[in-house]
Amino acid sequence: MFRNQYDTDVTTWSPTGRLFQVEYAMEAVKQGSAAIGLRSRSHVVLACVNKAQSELSSHQRKIFKVDDHIGVAIAGLTADGRVLSRYMRSESINHSFTYESPLPVGRLVVHLADKAQVCTQRSWKRPYGVGLLVGGLDESGAHLYYNCPSGNYFEYQAFAIGSRSQAAKTYLERRFESFGDSSREDLIKDAILAVRETLQGETLKSSLCTVAILGVDEPFHFLDQEAIQKVIDTFEKVPEEEEGEGEAGEGEAEAAAAAPAEQGGGGAGDVAPMEM
Amino acid sequence: MTTFTVPIDNGDSVRIAEEESQRTLYPYVTGTSIVAIKYKDGVLMASDMGGSYGSTLRYKNIERVKAIGKHSLLGASGEISDFQEILRYLDELTLNDNMWDDGNSLGPKEIHNYLTRVMYNRRNKFNPLWNTLVLGGVKNGKSYLGMVSMIGVSFEDDHVATGFGNHLARPILRDEWHADLSFEDGVKLLEKCMRVLLYRDRSAINKLQIAKITEEGVTVSQPYSLKTFWEFSSFHNPTAGAEGSW
Repeated sequence: MFRNQYDTDVTTWSPTGRLFQVEYAMEAVKQGSAAIGLRSRSHVVLACVNKAQSELSSHQRKIFKVDDHIGVAIAGLTADGRVLSRYMRSESINHSFTYESPLPVGRLVVHLADKAQVCTQRSWKRPYGVGLLVGGLDESGAHLYYNCPSGNYFEYQAFAIGSRSQAAKTYLERRFESFGDSSREDLIKDAILAVRETLQGETLKSSLCTVAILGVDEPFHFLDQEAIQKVIDTFEKVPEEEEGEGEAGEGEAEAAAAAPAEQGGGGAGDVAPMEM
Repeated sequence: MTTFTVPIDNGDSVRIAEEESQRTLYPYVTGTSIVAIKYKDGVLMASDMGGSYGSTLRYKNIERVKAIGKHSLLGASGEISDFQEILRYLDELTLNDNMWDDGNSLGPKEIHNYLTRVMYNRRNKFNPLWNTLVLGGVKNGKSYLGMVSMIGVSFEDDHVATGFGNHLARPILRDEWHADLSFEDGVKLLEKCMRVLLYRDRSAINKLQIAKITEEGVTVSQPYSLKTFWEFSSFHNPTAGAEGSW
């Protein structure tokens, strides 16, 4: 009830001890399209839904390589996300240059969080409107972190952010205990299945999602459409059995009547043009 | 920027910025060679404990090899005060590294590269740290041995030496070093090198320390002396063949 009085400035507290501007920034993250991350002991997979502004345009890039051993998936204001990705690349390469050694992801994430915190304590700034799922390696193996506009960061076994991410989170909550020892292939499959959960019944095609992976002996790279489609084909059953398996992505996508049960849909409100 | 005026030879004066007069031009108190080798369990590094003031052997208890963090050993020849400055930089670096408390730590490779950056950047400003540094260490079972000079030349090898050690010790090491030396053989090899340096390098003193680094950590020996032999026949009556010399 007091929200409107105390929400103009990021440097104004509410009587209940909240910074509304920061909370509004976190809302922006929830409006962006979904991004998902999961990790095993040795690998991290990042996946996201490709949403295009219109049929005429290409989709926005939401996953960025920061270094061979670190990648980031964003949700929210992609412009803010790009700027922070550039910062992360800069920190990473500066560390590599000075120490000839990869920057441990846990330390990068703290730098990022401290940078976000500054914007919550300056009257002439605004918080970054983007949530970042940072996956990377350090001496103890693979890690996944979530960085929030508030300047907080948390480590996760698996997480999803953006619109309809709750569906993905529910799926991940059921399965996360097995992720630690998952094989690389199972991890990718789980990521794509989690993406499917956010699509609310829309049929899953490889053109709809982007998947990237990094691991202890595997530098960060994107999976190509074929590889993604192959994984999709293993669980999107085609009614008429055709010769061999794993057809190249075409008609069978629609034929996937084995679409998952409807999830309670979150009605998509107005999505501002700058958010994807 | 504060400037002051100094007279020069031809009677004119020149203005010099205050920083200019603080650039390193020559070393004052210097340490001589460091010799280091990789061996079976890690790295061995030997140095004497002398600090020369020009041609005077002024200080005889200077430790020129120090442990850095958990995984590294740093030896230095050249200006002792610059070595102490480098130790202060590394102290700050390792302190901040420890404060992260996150299971990650700077290994010998990282320290070596950091030092290379520092030395090269100082060289570019014409204000070098007047040292040749030897960085050895073990991390996750892998041994590392490298060197950085005052102009930022940097490399890794199985055996390194600084100063006179390059000329007197390395030929011995090239012939006699091999992989997987035992600790005893490694020490014997280093002592052989240090003995030659003691005989032939005028700034060497007969008080040396050998430091060892393995996965378990660093051990620096107590100072000790090498046995020397001066009774070679040619040392008796050395001017026999040269009239007029002494």
